[in-house]
Amino acid sequence: MSVGANKKAGWFVKGTILVVCFIWLFPTLGVLVTSFRPAAEANTSGWWTTITKPFDTAQWTLENYRTVLDASGFNNALLNSLAVAIPATVMPITMAAFAAYAFSWMEFRGRQVLFVVVVALMVVPLQMALIPILRLYNGGAELFGITVFPDLDLNGTFLGIWLAHTAFGLPLATYLLRNYIGSLPSSIIESAKMDGADHFTIFTRLIVPLSVPALAAFTIFQFLWVWNDLLVAYVFLGGTSDNRVVTIALQMLSGARGQDWHVLTAAAFVTMALPLAVFFSLQRYFVRGLTAGAVKG
Amino acid sequence: MALLLTIYLCLWLGPALLTGWLAAERGRSPRLWFALGLLFGLFALLAVGLAPRTERPVDGGDFEKLFRAVVAVVVVVVLPLLVSWAFDFTKSRDANRLAIVAVAIALGVLGVFALFWVMDQIVDRLPRGWRETVRPYVFVGPAVAVLSVFLIYPVVNTILISFKDRRGDRWVGLDNYEFVFTDPSMLRSLRNTAMWIVVVPAVALVVGLLFATLADRLQRGESIAKSVIFLPMAISFVGAAVTFRLIYSYRPEGFGSNVGVLNAIWTALGNEPVAWLTQRPWNNLLLMVIMIWMQTGFAMVVLSSAIKAIPDEIIEAARIDGASEWQVFRHITVPSILPTITVVTTYMVINALKVFDIVFVMGAPENNGTEVVAERMLTWFFTRQNQGYGAAVAVVLFIAVIPVMIANVRRFRAEEAIR
Repeated sequence: MSVGANKKAGWFVKGTILVVCFIWLFPTLGVLVTSFRPAAEANTSGWWTTITKPFDTAQWTLENYRTVLDASGFNNALLNSLAVAIPATVMPITMAAFAAYAFSWMEFRGRQVLFVVVVALMVVPLQMALIPILRLYNGGAELFGITVFPDLDLNGTFLGIWLAHTAFGLPLATYLLRNYIGSLPSSIIESAKMDGADHFTIFTRLIVPLSVPALAAFTIFQFLWVWNDLLVAYVFLGGTSDNRVVTIALQMLSGARGQDWHVLTAAAFVTMALPLAVFFSLQRYFVRGLTAGAVKG
Repeated sequence: MALLLTIYLCLWLGPALLTGWLAAERGRSPRLWFALGLLFGLFALLAVGLAPRTERPVDGGDFEKLFRAVVAVVVVVVLPLLVSWAFDFTKSRDANRLAIVAVAIALGVLGVFALFWVMDQIVDRLPRGWRETVRPYVFVGPAVAVLSVFLIYPVVNTILISFKDRRGDRWVGLDNYEFVFTDPSMLRSLRNTAMWIVVVPAVALVVGLLFATLADRLQRGESIAKSVIFLPMAISFVGAAVTFRLIYSYRPEGFGSNVGVLNAIWTALGNEPVAWLTQRPWNNLLLMVIMIWMQTGFAMVVLSSAIKAIPDEIIEAARIDGASEWQVFRHITVPSILPTITVVTTYMVINALKVFDIVFVMGAPENNGTEVVAERMLTWFFTRQNQGYGAAVAVVLFIAVIPVMIANVRRFRAEEAIR
């Protein structure tokens, strides 16, 4: 990209950008700083007052994090979030990748119609699915006296929430992966077939390695979506201290100890830590993942 | 051959029957667990390469065959028990949580891989002519099945329930919709959501576009500046809501100093502290600020890449012709990226339409007049256990996205026609 003579940033541009960046960082910074302050200070003076004496070690503590992880049960919630988020990411992406391969490189009746359905389902609000899924989980479904969906008592189980998240993530995943897998050169697939490879082999040995950028982008997107989700976890997993995930735990803490800013900010930061780590380490894929849907779709 | 077949059947049916019987003993559905036993049995037989293939017989000598048979029996018996135990384990209350989580993750991740592998192995054993006809359906099958059960069926079912009573038993005609469009709280939520879907995308778009244009001119630090704006995208709505609750927090006069920055500034200017989140109707705007904070980065990043895709020659030519920077922005940049602007706006409108967490976490929407449609849906269906009302509210959301759905399908059709 060339840098034209008129394109240089003047002090006005630089100043504006600096101010906007400061405003955008300010909220997160407040949470981070407050979470390291002792209870008495965090709840009686603004966090910005620490700037005057940053090296006064008496005003910093790790006690809040200990409280949050042990007493408030965030240890457990972090584990639960992982147990929900990892399979709820792997399941839709595996199903979507297989489906995307079939939509791109296999001939079958109904291919076009099925894919149009997938495209249509992309924007269906998940609120439309909550009530019927909960009914399925609690009582199954019968059609003309035949059990079409057995009463598996999936409410409050990991399998129940995995399946829900899988369904909500599938349309976008299938659409994005089909765009990517469908644009791979047909010559490589033809030559693999010529060598006698079957579809399963072509998919696992050829397509998956070639699709790593698209897979990585969607994996990050889906993982963060599930990790940050409150609604689906609230409905299907609930708020018992055994089952709850970090977002639920934070929401409940915010209701129960709404003015204890030292604990609340530490808890908030605990829920943010993993997404922020993913953000900083995999930023390129992350941005691509979050923007791919909109740019392409 | 007949003997071999009998052995296979025994190996397959025996453990499945055993599983069903065990399930019945423990008060579970025997039919379901028998079916699961059949499935796992098949999986195990395939795994050890014992199931008959049409053309490739089991390789190896007698000893190897015997060894495989023993392994198959062990696997066939153990696997259903193992999976059933694993499911029980993930539900148990007193086991070590770390172990439960590890088992659950293994179950979910390995399960989905095993599913595809087993189905493909089964297809390999079909008559030759059928295989390539059936295989595509095996590849799309799980996705289609999940979408049908968890998305397509629910959409139809929700529409039906929206015409039924609170428990979904009796037809009540349009009563639920009458409630949606007459209840004062519902009407407020409709008004608020209308504000959300206008204000949030508009502000996020303008700020994002201006920031992208300005950052494009930086020689150094462009990516850092953009990261800072994009960072809130990584945070959950709950986390963001708590973050801003700190900013808006309020202590009445005489109850200690205010730790929220908004009241700190406000009182420094000589005013009484204000309970910001109860100031109707402005509290709605304060909640919208949270979503703007989160979504601007998205708009900025997408628009920025669209701006960079504009050929430099066009912009240089305009500048040589004496166009001012504002004219370049207004007459070249904006028209060139208009398609992207449309897409970004659509995405943000849909997101704003479905906003729920922010309002929910901030608490007391009915007292503060901050109800939104998606929040009403959960309140009625989940908290107040009225499925009819909840379904009707969901249908309102659904109808709102139908134009976007049609546009998506149309655009897809058009793209396919070009291909």
